[in-house]
Amino acid sequence: MTAPFVTMTGMSKSFVGVKVLKDVDFDVRPGEVHALLGENGAGKSTLIKMLSGLYTPDAGTITVNGEAMKFSSTRDATAAGIATVYQELLLFPELTVAENVFLGHYPRTAGGWIDWAEVRARTRDLLDQLDTFDLDVDTKVLALSVAQRQRVEIAKALSKNAKILIMDEPTASLVEADVQRLMQVVRQLRERGVGIVYVSHRMPEIFALADRVTVLRDGAHVGTRAIGEVDERELVSMMVGRPIDSLFPKTEAAIGETVLEVRNLNHGRHVRDISFSLRRGEILGIAGLVGSGRTELALTLFGMTPATSGEIVMEGRPVRITSPRQARDLGIAYVPEDRGLQGLVKPMAIRKNVSMATIERVSSGIFIKPAAEARRAVDAVKRLSIRCRDIGQPVGELSGGNQQKVVIAKWLETSPKVLILDEPTRGVDVGAKAEIHTIMGELVKQGVAVIMISSELPEVLGMSDRVLVMSGGAITGEIDRADATPERVGAAMTAHRVQANGTGEAA
Amino acid sequence: MAMSVDLPPTRPASAARRPGFLSRLFAEYGQEIVVLAAIVVLFIVVTMVNPRFISANNLTTIFAGNAYIAVAAIGMSMVIVTGNIDVSVGALIGVLATISGTLAVAGYPVWVAWFFPVLVGMAIMGVQGVLVAYARIPSIVVTLGAMSILRGGLISVTGGTWISGLPSEFLLAQQRWFGVPSPIVMMVVLTVLAFLWMRYSAFGRSLYAVGGNPEAALATGIPIERRIVAVFVIHGAFAGLATILFATQLQVIQSTVPPNLELTVITASVIGGVSILGGSGTVIGSTLATILFAAIGSALIFVNVSAYWLRAVIGLLILATVLADMMRRRGKA
Repeated sequence: MTAPFVTMTGMSKSFVGVKVLKDVDFDVRPGEVHALLGENGAGKSTLIKMLSGLYTPDAGTITVNGEAMKFSSTRDATAAGIATVYQELLLFPELTVAENVFLGHYPRTAGGWIDWAEVRARTRDLLDQLDTFDLDVDTKVLALSVAQRQRVEIAKALSKNAKILIMDEPTASLVEADVQRLMQVVRQLRERGVGIVYVSHRMPEIFALADRVTVLRDGAHVGTRAIGEVDERELVSMMVGRPIDSLFPKTEAAIGETVLEVRNLNHGRHVRDISFSLRRGEILGIAGLVGSGRTELALTLFGMTPATSGEIVMEGRPVRITSPRQARDLGIAYVPEDRGLQGLVKPMAIRKNVSMATIERVSSGIFIKPAAEARRAVDAVKRLSIRCRDIGQPVGELSGGNQQKVVIAKWLETSPKVLILDEPTRGVDVGAKAEIHTIMGELVKQGVAVIMISSELPEVLGMSDRVLVMSGGAITGEIDRADATPERVGAAMTAHRVQANGTGEAA
Repeated sequence: MAMSVDLPPTRPASAARRPGFLSRLFAEYGQEIVVLAAIVVLFIVVTMVNPRFISANNLTTIFAGNAYIAVAAIGMSMVIVTGNIDVSVGALIGVLATISGTLAVAGYPVWVAWFFPVLVGMAIMGVQGVLVAYARIPSIVVTLGAMSILRGGLISVTGGTWISGLPSEFLLAQQRWFGVPSPIVMMVVLTVLAFLWMRYSAFGRSLYAVGGNPEAALATGIPIERRIVAVFVIHGAFAGLATILFATQLQVIQSTVPPNLELTVITASVIGGVSILGGSGTVIGSTLATILFAAIGSALIFVNVSAYWLRAVIGLLILATVLADMMRRRGKA
């Protein structure tokens, strides 16, 4: 067995007094794919940022080829042969492929000018090594697809003679065909002796690619295993720290009469001919790949992008929803996918965020009653176990999970009949995730109807009474809890080609 | 509570309470307190050097002579809180003052000469608000355009002449109410009312939400377009009220735009703690900052330093304030 190229020992890091990484060991050998697993907030990104020189560790040592290193910038890490392909690709759209690949280390002519012929030739060569013959080195990056840009990023890393390549969720925004192609590229790199740190949530990829896997949880190292020694169930329980059946505390709620009915709803390309119904006390899960139209459907129901045709029937009455204000007044609440963007006013106090949708309930005449407002905020903080200094604390200072609970609290103040949760546990730590699931269970017991959009299949299967699967803007499956298996839901998620042939012509 | 059963026991209990009075005071009004302290220190130091600084005559000059800036800064603060800006307010006050003086000289009742310009200010700002909110043109662009139109139009129409022969009952700013110069009364009353309204009304609160995160405000059901138009109209009203004080302080009105007035007004808001990025600040701060500049300008004369230094000092204050704001925000991110 080859010796590791990079070894990290006893890595620790704190941010504003919170330990996000505790004494973690990690190493990468040449020519292996080492998968790094863990839930959001487990410390994966902190660890890889230390390896790429973005963060300096509070404690711990990094050795490269047996030599102790101190990375004080990404430059140091690059010089040591470690390169990163970031999740949000860091390319300059207005520059060409070749200009991007060699940006910062352009080859020079004898006279000190940039040797453009050399830049283009070497870029061509690097792309050919990645089997990317179809990409012109003189194209501007802005004209490329996500998958193509990713290959430019990889070429850029190779241009710096990277021995270790860190790939942070490389398949998160790729369609299936591109995922297969990327995996092929990863295998090629491995054969050339490059060591790859592969961060991903997707189990099938990990089992198809990885040689070893390391699991982090709450900032601590849980274990490192050869891939042949573990199965999926064991990995998941290592990630969450308990057996997986207790992961989703599904409570039984009485399912009542229909509260929302949607018929043939349309908006643009992403909401096509959607029909479904929703009953009190029910959790309706919506599964689908990124871009399948899940969020667009939610935005249409909530009046952000009003429907262009179709019917919405709320408690038996047909309604037209053209603004979020109107949706709110009808009893529809929407906890958005990106809480920082659409959910919260971060510099504002918890108290003011909680009352934002219901300001008239804590006012008399035109004036707000501060005591009533504070009472409701204190109550919400207690009920949802929001961990904070006090209700005057700006929500921007809270952790992801507690921020999410503030958004939920804001909408619970409206006493919603239909609560739409879009990726409710994304970027939320393991503990808060379970709490949010518990809150959902409490709400359906009280007769609220919940629509939960999630990219996490186990969450959809674990929490939903019924699963709607979307693909290409249309519903491709409606599956009851009892019949909802990963295979059935997964099949419906990729069923868009069939659908596109059927409805694509008409649209 | 049923919900607590499944929650992990390792977590500490929540601090579900209201913050203490003092910590709230400093958290919410830090900048206002700093500006107030600066005024107090300035008065003490300059009076020790030259006791005439604190004479009634000089205080009247400082407070009454600059009250119109403070009043205009109230509306400006509201606009900036929503994440917008207005650089046309100086030109607007010039135009409104000319309208006001022309009406007064033409023999209209003084209350018409006073209040008709307020309506004109609301209308002009309303149009700009519509362009910002519905046409989605950035406010800096809309108001720059408006500034050129108003400034150019004013000089073209009047040729920069002076309006004289104003009836004495028109000169509101020279009156005393309850023994106090009227501009001071108006400045204080309008500041307090606007502060309470911003702080305690649902409408005022929504302005902070719109400036703090327009996307989230929209997704919470706040009609952000209507709020932006409304805030521009209100700003126009305060510009009109500022005009009353500005136009009635002397026997003549110069039919040009006071140089740099819009910058002085914006500066008052910013130094008073209104974040240039929107979402925070109060009108108490902008009024205190106006008083601070006026006092600095006067103090320079009393300690025999060239008044040209005033601009430089204010420039330093702006940079220091914005830097402090950025650092506060970075700390919270």
